[in-house]
Amino acid sequence: MTPRKHIAPGAVVWLLLGAAYFVIPLAATLIFSLRSNQTGTCCTLENYGEILHDPQFSKTIKTSFILSLETIVVTLLLLVPTVYWVHLRLPRLRPVLGFIALVPFVVPAIILVVGLLDIYKGTPSWFYAEPYGFLVGAYVILAFPYMYFSLDAGFRAIDVHTLTEASQSLGARWTTTLVRVIVPNIKASALAGSFLTLAIVMGEFTIASLAVFDTFPIYIQYINQNKAYPASAVTLLSFAITWAAMLALLAVGRGRRAPAAAGAH
Amino acid sequence: MAGVELRQLHRRFGDVVALDGIDLEIESGEFVSFLGPSGCGKTTALRLVAGFDRPTSGRVFVEGKDITDVPPNRRDVGMVFQAYSLFPNMTAVKNVEFGLRVRKHARGSRKARALELLELVGLGHAADRYPHQLSGGMQQRVALARALAIEPRLLLLDEPLSALDAKVRIQLREEIRRIQTRLGITSIYVTHDQEEALSISDRVAVLSHGRIEQIGTPSEIYGAPATPFVAEFVGTMNRIESTVADPDDGRVTYDQTSLAVDAVRGRPRGERVLVLVRPEIVEVEAAGTAQNGLVGEVVSQTFLGSVTRLRVLAGPTEWTADLSAARAAALPIGARVSLRFPSAGAKVLSLEGEEPPEPSDG
Amino acid sequence: MPVRPASSGRAGRRLPLAWLGVLPFFAFTTAFLFLPAANVLVGAFQDDAGGATVDHVRKLFDEPYRTAFKNSIEVSLVTAGLGSVFGLLLAYAAIREGTPRFVRAGLTTFSGVAANFAGIPLAAAFIATLGTIGVVTQFMTNQLGVNPYDHGFSVFSKTGIEIVYLYFQIPLMVLVIAPAIDGLRREWREAASSLGASSWQFWRHVGMPIMTPSILSAFVLLFGNSFSAYATAYGLTGGSVGLVPVTIGFYLSGNVLDDPHLGQALAFGMLVVLALMMLAYVPLQRRASRWSR
Repeated sequence: MTPRKHIAPGAVVWLLLGAAYFVIPLAATLIFSLRSNQTGTCCTLENYGEILHDPQFSKTIKTSFILSLETIVVTLLLLVPTVYWVHLRLPRLRPVLGFIALVPFVVPAIILVVGLLDIYKGTPSWFYAEPYGFLVGAYVILAFPYMYFSLDAGFRAIDVHTLTEASQSLGARWTTTLVRVIVPNIKASALAGSFLTLAIVMGEFTIASLAVFDTFPIYIQYINQNKAYPASAVTLLSFAITWAAMLALLAVGRGRRAPAAAGAH
Repeated sequence: MAGVELRQLHRRFGDVVALDGIDLEIESGEFVSFLGPSGCGKTTALRLVAGFDRPTSGRVFVEGKDITDVPPNRRDVGMVFQAYSLFPNMTAVKNVEFGLRVRKHARGSRKARALELLELVGLGHAADRYPHQLSGGMQQRVALARALAIEPRLLLLDEPLSALDAKVRIQLREEIRRIQTRLGITSIYVTHDQEEALSISDRVAVLSHGRIEQIGTPSEIYGAPATPFVAEFVGTMNRIESTVADPDDGRVTYDQTSLAVDAVRGRPRGERVLVLVRPEIVEVEAAGTAQNGLVGEVVSQTFLGSVTRLRVLAGPTEWTADLSAARAAALPIGARVSLRFPSAGAKVLSLEGEEPPEPSDG
Repeated sequence: MPVRPASSGRAGRRLPLAWLGVLPFFAFTTAFLFLPAANVLVGAFQDDAGGATVDHVRKLFDEPYRTAFKNSIEVSLVTAGLGSVFGLLLAYAAIREGTPRFVRAGLTTFSGVAANFAGIPLAAAFIATLGTIGVVTQFMTNQLGVNPYDHGFSVFSKTGIEIVYLYFQIPLMVLVIAPAIDGLRREWREAASSLGASSWQFWRHVGMPIMTPSILSAFVLLFGNSFSAYATAYGLTGGSVGLVPVTIGFYLSGNVLDDPHLGQALAFGMLVVLALMMLAYVPLQRRASRWSR
């Protein structure tokens, strides 16, 4: 076939249809969010005002955000040394890790929470009732497959053995090697995985709801059930957060394929 | 009637001129190579003949018919690509059958023909293997069989051997030529490897910057390069910048030394010329014995198997001379030597209005 | 100590030490992944006294669970099917020759976001769009004279869920199938063309056969994705449409005293479906990557 100079007409049709399907709900949400609660018509910013001034909004966003950071930190602390170690010393375990990373897709949040609640209901309340214990544990499980695939790709791209041997031959200890030599070289993968984790945790509803925690998605659902127009406002705010995380992910991951999506579902 | 005619082909990509006026007639049954460095336009020209690209201007004729506007799947042209062109979901025999299947041949007859062609390329035993189970060389043989299965009017080969090992390359190129001769099919072969082009072609077209610099038989291209570019690109050649000193006697001035070159007879005095001398006719002896000679110093020796290649710095240029190993042994690095060459053995090209070509590593 | 990958069998004393390095990871995943999974697997077959029973699992075949599974499977098949088809068409439209590069980049970026948009916000967005007083609903009523709600449509139904799920299924498909489309080498297309094949013949004999394993494995992925979705359905319908995750949610949020083992049995049922999905996915993936070398 001769190389096309212009876009195929069939392609235009599908792209326009796709654009319509994806843009219309966002546009509708925007319009909804600008409707006044009294008159039901456009245009006012009162819904945004209501959300932004709601103390629950800032409280839950803060909670979710801190949860995200904790999840990211724990996941990194757990995975970076492990993946490094496996690449360096235990290559036979790589397929095992890969397999374990697929398990959360067979045991998704809704199943996980059943088991988690049953097992841990006897534990002390500082762990079970506070988001920063129990929930972080669950979220690490939800996020780690994405972090793992990202880190694994990153480690495969560098020559772990040579870097480590070079560092050690120059007299560095393990911790120095890890922190000063290895980590800077997998920074991009770690960052990519971190932004994905952020998006996952900021949007996770299933476990938070069923384990009765007060996070940002829970707040959104509360508004969704009670106030139609403000619900659209907070929906767009949440969408904006996800967008920001994804753009950051793209900026970091330029040149490498972004891993497939996660989600609160 | 010519097998293929390219008439005034131009191809421009935005500001970039890929083909700058190609005119060429190829006889029916002839094997012609397009030879040149990357970016010279040889692949562009081939793709125009195949139909994967449209010329900005100019026409393409095959067996007298203007096919410039014919889509590629109706040109009846067989093409062998550089690599990866076999359909991975089909076995070798199914790949070869594909063109016949598209033309709605009966299952039995097309399989028989496919097997026949696989035998022709020496792969009858591998008919049921998938491409990923075949080596690079074997894949290209299957690709060739596939292109020939449809009995095309024209065979196009786009650097088919570039991705293969050296030994396989040599073996396969001879086979391609043998098959082509046997079938008598007009062929155009694109390559950047001049040894390949010279060894198997009826004629070679040397391209540079979208233009044909020279077209001729391999011995013409090698022995009588028509432009400095061809002299530079094909084979190893000593390129000596000199000035015509005596047009009656045939002498040039090079680095204040007078050299005898028959080919400058009749040229204007003072003309800047490039004197071309093949390494195999340069004579090198220990200094002190020469008359019509240059004096220089041996800079390096490279053992090439059949000959030893000496580099001798004489004047501003490093000369290349190929000697037998025994004679080279007598002239170690650093030895002062004198160079000579038969006055009738050198060719001459005018340098007036030309930039001397970039030196390569030969 | 020289740094070398642990060799099989020999360095007996070194091996245990090396395994210590991965201990934290295994401990963590055991505590938060495998133990809960085991809890579900075992609990589904336990009665209150601790003995073994298949009663709970058997109840899954009764109403309302039977319908819940039927609904979940149906919704998943529909959204996986439509998502695969539309995602493929969209991805191909964006990647094929002639389409400007920025279209593909834009589609990929958007797909990354949209695939993550799932959950309560997505439900709220579609309520704003197709709800009883949604923007599109009103547009259709006022400008086109047709109110879909008068004709039996409701976004708070199984159909509504399917429409909403496509919003993250199609982008997921785009992300997953794009590499496979990239893997279609130009040489195959050109070779087919030089051998006389039309566009349709190329797709029929070469293009689609090569893409099929990737498409099938993507379908399976989309199926599992839809099957495990909870938040979107919950946010949209509040649980009025019977789906397996939603039913499990009911058990956890209120009726725990009723019969915890039934919740585990439901979760077990889900596990079985998802495990079957995984069993199909892995060999399909391997087959798909065989041809992209």
